[in-house]
Amino acid sequence: MAATTHHHNPDVNYINEFKGIGSWLTSLDHKRIGLMYMISVLTFFLFGGIAALGIRLELFSPGQTVMTADQYNQFMTYHGAIMVFMVIVPGIPAILGNFFLPIHVGAKDVAFPRLNLLSWYVFMVGALMGIATLFMHKVDTGWTFYTPYSIKTSGAATMMVVAAFIMGMSSILTGLNFIATVHKLRCPGMTMYRMPLFVWAIYSTAILQLLATPVLGITLLLLAAERILGVGIFDPALGGDPVLFQHFFWFYSHPAVYIMILPAMGVVSELIAAFSRKTIFGYTAIAYSSLGIAAVSFFVWGHHMYVSGQSETAGIVFSFLTMLVGVPTAIKMFNWLATLYRGSISFQSPMLFALGFLFLFMIGGVTGIMLATLAVDVHFHDTYFVVAHFHYVMVGGTLMALMGGFYYWFPKMFGKMYNEGLARVTFVFIFIGFNVTFFPQFILGAMGMPRRYFDYIPAYESLNKISTVGSWLIGIGFLISLYVIIDGLLRGKKAPANPWGAKTLEWQVPSPPPHTNFHHDPVVTAGPYEYR
Amino acid sequence: MSTVESHASHEHHFAHHFKSADHEFLTSKQGIWLFMVTEILMFGGLFVAYFIFHHIYPGMFAEGAKSLDWRMGFGNTLVLIFSSFTMALGIHQIQKGHNKKAVLSLALTILCGAIFMVVKYFEYTHKFHLGLYPGKYLDVAKVGAEHANLGMYFGFYYLMSGMHGLHVLIGMALIAWVLFRTMRGDFHSHYYTPVEGVGIFWHIIDLIWIFLFPLLYLVG
Ligand SMILES: [Cu+2]
Repeated sequence: MAATTHHHNPDVNYINEFKGIGSWLTSLDHKRIGLMYMISVLTFFLFGGIAALGIRLELFSPGQTVMTADQYNQFMTYHGAIMVFMVIVPGIPAILGNFFLPIHVGAKDVAFPRLNLLSWYVFMVGALMGIATLFMHKVDTGWTFYTPYSIKTSGAATMMVVAAFIMGMSSILTGLNFIATVHKLRCPGMTMYRMPLFVWAIYSTAILQLLATPVLGITLLLLAAERILGVGIFDPALGGDPVLFQHFFWFYSHPAVYIMILPAMGVVSELIAAFSRKTIFGYTAIAYSSLGIAAVSFFVWGHHMYVSGQSETAGIVFSFLTMLVGVPTAIKMFNWLATLYRGSISFQSPMLFALGFLFLFMIGGVTGIMLATLAVDVHFHDTYFVVAHFHYVMVGGTLMALMGGFYYWFPKMFGKMYNEGLARVTFVFIFIGFNVTFFPQFILGAMGMPRRYFDYIPAYESLNKISTVGSWLIGIGFLISLYVIIDGLLRGKKAPANPWGAKTLEWQVPSPPPHTNFHHDPVVTAGPYEYR
Repeated sequence: MSTVESHASHEHHFAHHFKSADHEFLTSKQGIWLFMVTEILMFGGLFVAYFIFHHIYPGMFAEGAKSLDWRMGFGNTLVLIFSSFTMALGIHQIQKGHNKKAVLSLALTILCGAIFMVVKYFEYTHKFHLGLYPGKYLDVAKVGAEHANLGMYFGFYYLMSGMHGLHVLIGMALIAWVLFRTMRGDFHSHYYTPVEGVGIFWHIIDLIWIFLFPLLYLVG
């Protein structure tokens, strides 16, 4: 075609081809939109992180330490709501997915670039509305908005719920875009089975975003209607059923857990293959296990309500179904391990985070099976054991993968290398800090310390102190990461096209990529991991 | 490529990341259908809540439905079904290149939507007049209700028909937009993606009403 005769200036790329803030705010380029998501999500991560440090500081000693009980409830709510709706749900799909999914399938952009930009604006409107409630009567319901308290609280819960609804719309639009891109925009030779596993993971996530989020949307609208009109659907005083809210809420929010973890699994598949220099073991099994997790995730929500008064039969069925999730998850674990086996492993910073993921996610997953067990959960329910479990999955899993992914793709996104030595130091701080923070919480939970409480009995004090110190180590780790990023952007040496010697398509184009991703229309003749 | 230049005026210029206009059309259509899935699931949540409470309080729901005028609802159902027909006709006419006729069909579709909304307006104001408000605003003693939580039925009524009505308004605006573009000559037999997309949206809205009508007006 005509395009191949054009002369390509190697110094022109997606960052410097157009200039000025306006060219960013109106950009339809998926790579730029990915970076805009990155800046917003990292900012919200800072807010959520500060709230987390505040919670841990308050729990350093029993009784009131640095804040009142009401303030503690607010810190807890904003930590949860910000981290879930503004950081982990959009995190990997909207940042790394936006940037790399189209390149991975050999497309010039996502299927609907304008919709993509719109979804960033919708996300920002929702996020800023959520943040704005900080200046009103602060919300104290926890991120789950459980009724009937959320109907009665004087906090700005209605605004927060509408904000979450709007961010959900953004999530739906992103998912829709990715599904259509995967179905329709793959380049010649890019069969479904030649797509990188990252794409399979984001694709499975997108299906969940599309199918589960509308139900959350209507649930949150019903809650808003409940607060404004007093319809009585969730209010027992008016003949309603507060447990119905939990059913509705978890029908979305359990799949949302996989919206949060599946993309991380995709990143880890890329990292492990690239740094083992080996064809990934069990490609189809990993690809289909993503879809399997997505499918099963719609039938397990009842495990959040073992002690909420749902029927015992339902509890038994949900317990069994929840354990089923372990099967596709274990399939992934074993395939990653088999990929490592006899691979030429190099321990560069992205790989350290991937290995950290394997270790922490395994603990998170196995404790998940413990919590799925009906009888055991009656004891563990609403204790710190649950808090430790889901932080091992969300932070030990998703956040580790996000960090690994950042370091892995940093050279491609910005065309600069970062300080590898310091990046490894961040891993040490985050990994050790994480375990110091959350491992004691398993023990606290087993000892019976309830979650969400502002105060605790003296018997729990020493473990809480250890946990709080751990949170400082994590904080230091992320501060160093911030320095590594800024230092890399300012002083990093120029990155080659393929610093890791990886095989997926993004490494075959310049760093940073040109505006249209490829100088020549790509034709794919081999799979994504043809190392040896 | 040079042959395209000669009749460029009649060829739709597709976006740079597609292979052809046809590729763009099929992708866009898939996007619309995926969006419709989310719409159906969102209303699906409302339907599930409706069925649960109808199961618990069948008498209260029957009392609520009795105070609606089924003839209004039935008339509106006919209007929407007819509008689905005119919408489909409009798309067909654009495909055949009869843009003038298509403008008439699209205008008729908007008119049907408007009739639907006007009828809804009279229904709502009549209910308000009788004091049949949603939730806690319904004064059971004043309206002489048999069931103490009749407000819940009207909560469902206003939420479900209100959400649907909002979609009808959005649909009318979208049809007005493609109508304007048809008049401007943007569409022809080789390019009518937005009309087709808006049409799919409109049909789904009509379909949802066909389920809402018996649930709200005829239960008992
Ligand atoms: Cu769950």
